[in-house]
Amino acid sequence: MPGRSSAARHASNFALTIAPFAGLVVLWWLSRLTGLIKPSLLPSPLQVLTTFWATLVHGTLVTNVLVSVGRVLSGLLLGTAAAVPVGFLVGWYRPIRRLFDPLINFFRALPPIALIPLVIVYLGIGEVAKVAILFYASFFAAVIVMYEGMAAISPIYVRVARTLGATDLEIFWRVMVPLTVPHMLVALRVALGVCWATLVAAELVAAQQGLGAMIQNASAFFDLNTIYVGIISIGVLALLMDTILRRLTDRLLSWQDKVGA
Amino acid sequence: MDEPRQRLRFDHVSVSYGTPDGGIEVVRDISFTIRQGEFVSLVGPSGCGKTTIMNMAAGFVVPSSGSLMLDDRPIVGPGSNRGVMFQEYGVFPWLTVEQNIAFGLKLGANRKPAAERQAIVTRYLDLMRLSEFRRAYPKTLSGGMRQRLALARAYAVNPDLLLMDEPFGALDAQTRSAMHDLLLDILCVEGKTVLLITHSVEEAIYLSNRVVVISARPSRIRQIIDIPFPYPRHSALQEEPEFNALRAQIHELVMREYAAQEAQRRPPV
Ligand SMILES: Nc1ncnc2c1ncn2[C@@H]1O[C@H](COP(=O)(O)OP(=O)(O)O)[C@@H](O)[C@H]1O
Ligand SMILES: [Mg+2]
Repeated sequence: MPGRSSAARHASNFALTIAPFAGLVVLWWLSRLTGLIKPSLLPSPLQVLTTFWATLVHGTLVTNVLVSVGRVLSGLLLGTAAAVPVGFLVGWYRPIRRLFDPLINFFRALPPIALIPLVIVYLGIGEVAKVAILFYASFFAAVIVMYEGMAAISPIYVRVARTLGATDLEIFWRVMVPLTVPHMLVALRVALGVCWATLVAAELVAAQQGLGAMIQNASAFFDLNTIYVGIISIGVLALLMDTILRRLTDRLLSWQDKVGA
Repeated sequence: MDEPRQRLRFDHVSVSYGTPDGGIEVVRDISFTIRQGEFVSLVGPSGCGKTTIMNMAAGFVVPSSGSLMLDDRPIVGPGSNRGVMFQEYGVFPWLTVEQNIAFGLKLGANRKPAAERQAIVTRYLDLMRLSEFRRAYPKTLSGGMRQRLALARAYAVNPDLLLMDEPFGALDAQTRSAMHDLLLDILCVEGKTVLLITHSVEEAIYLSNRVVVISARPSRIRQIIDIPFPYPRHSALQEEPEFNALRAQIHELVMREYAAQEAQRRPPV
């Protein structure tokens, strides 16, 4: 609509995004008020907000968030950085795919959480152990998306490039790479989801710091308020990172023909 | 008589594809020659092996026997001296219209300085009537526009031999007829050699110096018919009795091969 300013449109977009969450908070409040759930088992939103503020001011929340985000990002970036070249190779060379496909599927089907005890045995409970498990989680999630995407690329573009005089190297940089960017971004998003899930599990089992550790410690003291702060923080952070990736995808891939866009 | 030099020569060429249950013979003992400046069309039923013939000339398929020469040298692989228009145009979806046209000009094989490249791109944008859409991505283009874009991209690297695989098959009748005239106009100016694959008999006669009728699989040459009309040609030609006589003659030949190919497809019960 030409008459409406973009600020107004942004405001209404924001309101639409917020509305379901506001509804959820209202439901939460109501289920406490009506006694549907015993108040001693469910803190009120206001109590959680107070705890949130207190931990924020105290600095513990920020530390825990930074620690967790740092772990997720290092595991994610290392894992996808390794997945891209491997995905290229496996997607491009059919014999390699035949050889590695069953292996990759086996490791991917194994939930990373199941490996936590083993990692603790081998690598202890330090940072290396956490990043290693996140690396594992994001690598196998990303590699499969990458190579399945690569395998689905139509060979027509490579043929066209050849008839225009492209060398193998030129085909790689000017055809394969642009065609793979969408798959890299999907791989990153999938890996991000898996990483968060795995990280929290790892921190619940063995960590001094991080959101998972914060939740675990609070549960030892039956500190429901802090548990809720931790859970909500994890959700908000995961949503935020996914939104950033989605924005990036939209910007980089404006050429794509999207269904229903 | 001073004949133009030979460009593309098929000499007793055969092709078989290996399949899990043995092999299938797709092309059998084909010989013909295309000379400089000629426009030659191949017509034949679908599945008979026309794309295979074009892929040999393009350098993607190697003959099982016989020889295939371009300017008296054997064809060893694809190259930018042969412009190829594929049945599925293959415009690059991640590049804008002008980037698509410039693609070949940025490759080591035919790199041009930026100013010259821009001049070439602008010329083909105009020629193909795509100037308005220069910054658009292919997803917004119609079938006819994509087809013109693929043609512009192939032309930009200045190949003097064009190989076109049913380039007009997916277009509606009006667009197709406009594309025929555009192609003839461009050829008048640029003097290229063309091998066109089509299943439209009218299209083949209207555009070509010669029409090669291909048999049901395996492809053999049924007949080669000279088309005597001088260039430039105009669409009124298609109403002339002589044109209609040729059409009837070639149609008859082609229909017989269609029936033969159809019979192959449905095995007798
Ligand atoms: N790479 C290939 N391997 C095996 N069979 C093929 C291959 N390419 C084409 N064919 C077969 O060869 C025949 C001719 O194909 P094609 O040259 O595409 O015919 P046309 O273009 O006339 O429709 C078809 O039966 C097709 O299935
Ligand atoms: Mg074909």
